[in-house]
Amino acid sequence: MTALDTAFAASAVLAVLGGLFAVTTRHVVHAALWLVVALLGVAGSLLVLGAELVALVLVLVYVGAVVVLVLFALMLTRAPIGPDRAHAVGPWRAVGAALLGLATAGLLASVLVPLADGTVRRSDVATTQVAGQLFGTWVWPFELLSLLLLAALVGALAVARGSRDAAGPEATS
Amino acid sequence: MTLLEAVLRAVAALAAFLVLPLLVGQAEHKVMAHMQGRLGPMYAGGFHGWAQLVADGVKFLQKEDITPRAADRWVFRLAPAVALVPYLVALATVPVHPGVAAVDVPGSLVLVLAATSVGALGTLMAGWSSANKYSLIGGLRAAAQLVSYELPIVLALASIALAGGSLSLVVLADRWTPLWLLWQLPGAVVFLVAAVAELQRPPFDMPVADAELVMGAWTEYTGLRFAFFLLSEYAGIVVMSLLFSVLWLGGWHGPLPDALGWLWTLLKGFAVALVVIWVRVAWPRLREDQLQRLAWLWLVPLALLQLLLTGAGVVLGW
Repeated sequence: MTALDTAFAASAVLAVLGGLFAVTTRHVVHAALWLVVALLGVAGSLLVLGAELVALVLVLVYVGAVVVLVLFALMLTRAPIGPDRAHAVGPWRAVGAALLGLATAGLLASVLVPLADGTVRRSDVATTQVAGQLFGTWVWPFELLSLLLLAALVGALAVARGSRDAAGPEATS
Repeated sequence: MTLLEAVLRAVAALAAFLVLPLLVGQAEHKVMAHMQGRLGPMYAGGFHGWAQLVADGVKFLQKEDITPRAADRWVFRLAPAVALVPYLVALATVPVHPGVAAVDVPGSLVLVLAATSVGALGTLMAGWSSANKYSLIGGLRAAAQLVSYELPIVLALASIALAGGSLSLVVLADRWTPLWLLWQLPGAVVFLVAAVAELQRPPFDMPVADAELVMGAWTEYTGLRFAFFLLSEYAGIVVMSLLFSVLWLGGWHGPLPDALGWLWTLLKGFAVALVVIWVRVAWPRLREDQLQRLAWLWLVPLALLQLLLTGAGVVLGW
């Protein structure tokens, strides 16, 4: 077992534990914070695999922006300190969720475990290669995706402002 | 890299992390005082109160470390560390001399960005876990501000990365030419303003507005944990100033012989830190809506324009 294997295993354990705690905790803000741990674990795994840029962008976008937004939304609405009993689900849903999670994990493991015998080589992917693929070969899908995001943004704005006819006279200003 | 070298680099980064923020803090005491027609601390240590921050540190050490009964214990206690450690990581990647950085990785620009964005979580954790309405409002304002000002910073740094054709701080500083002072000027202004806002320093200190929110997210903190938040603020000034000096002011490029490059980087960084202090003294606090307006209506369009300009320059081969 090399140092890289150890680092990968540690990051993976961190990611799995973070994910488990994120879905099982009764504290809603703790769930968001465990998500940070899980994301950092995934970023660590990606770093060990040589995808430096993807790992750093994962931290920058998901921890730095998405989780901050999640925390903002939680603090803006209701984020009590202490366990949240109001949103507890029944035992059947918990069992169902556990089964679904285990099934997904099993499916992934059945695909990935046969590849673990060393036939797949770890390759360092330079940032320039990623950029070349993204902005050369795949530039049109990339641009279409950003257009989709823009449309979603405009749509969200339209929904947030509401229609002029439906709202009363005070909402039109 | 041998083990000894790794240990030496780590110790050097830690030493810089412990010394430079204190220097900036002491400079803030004295510079701010003189700008306001005062003397500032004069007694501690004898000569012009040079040991004031050491005395402050001893005072913080002696104070009781209180966790409010209603607070969320673990999150409350962890928050100062989450705020402080990312700046240590960021500082370790900033180069001070040609090829000399405690940690030299190919994507150090993105690493600095990612690290500072994690540090923002510390303020949010502190604001939520304190079980105090002032802290909560402070945390909310901090979150709104950080989300808005992250974008101009990323865009300004993207422009620099585009101009230099690299994501490594060392390479970018090497490719710097005096022309960049003019060519990258809009991005430089955007970065400086957004960096001060990201650090929640006056005039962008709505999240800690002391007349309204006591101390914002830090209200319930005492002793060493409060000191850690202060240290993270000053470490943030150091990181942002050094980053600005390396990327926009050319770091170690200067008229003196190359062996003194590190001195240039530090001097330029210190000058930028003085500007950050000056801004604090010169402007009143911005209101929350003015803050958001500045970010979205001025900084983001300006940064996009800079990106366009840089793109045109790179394509035309300036």
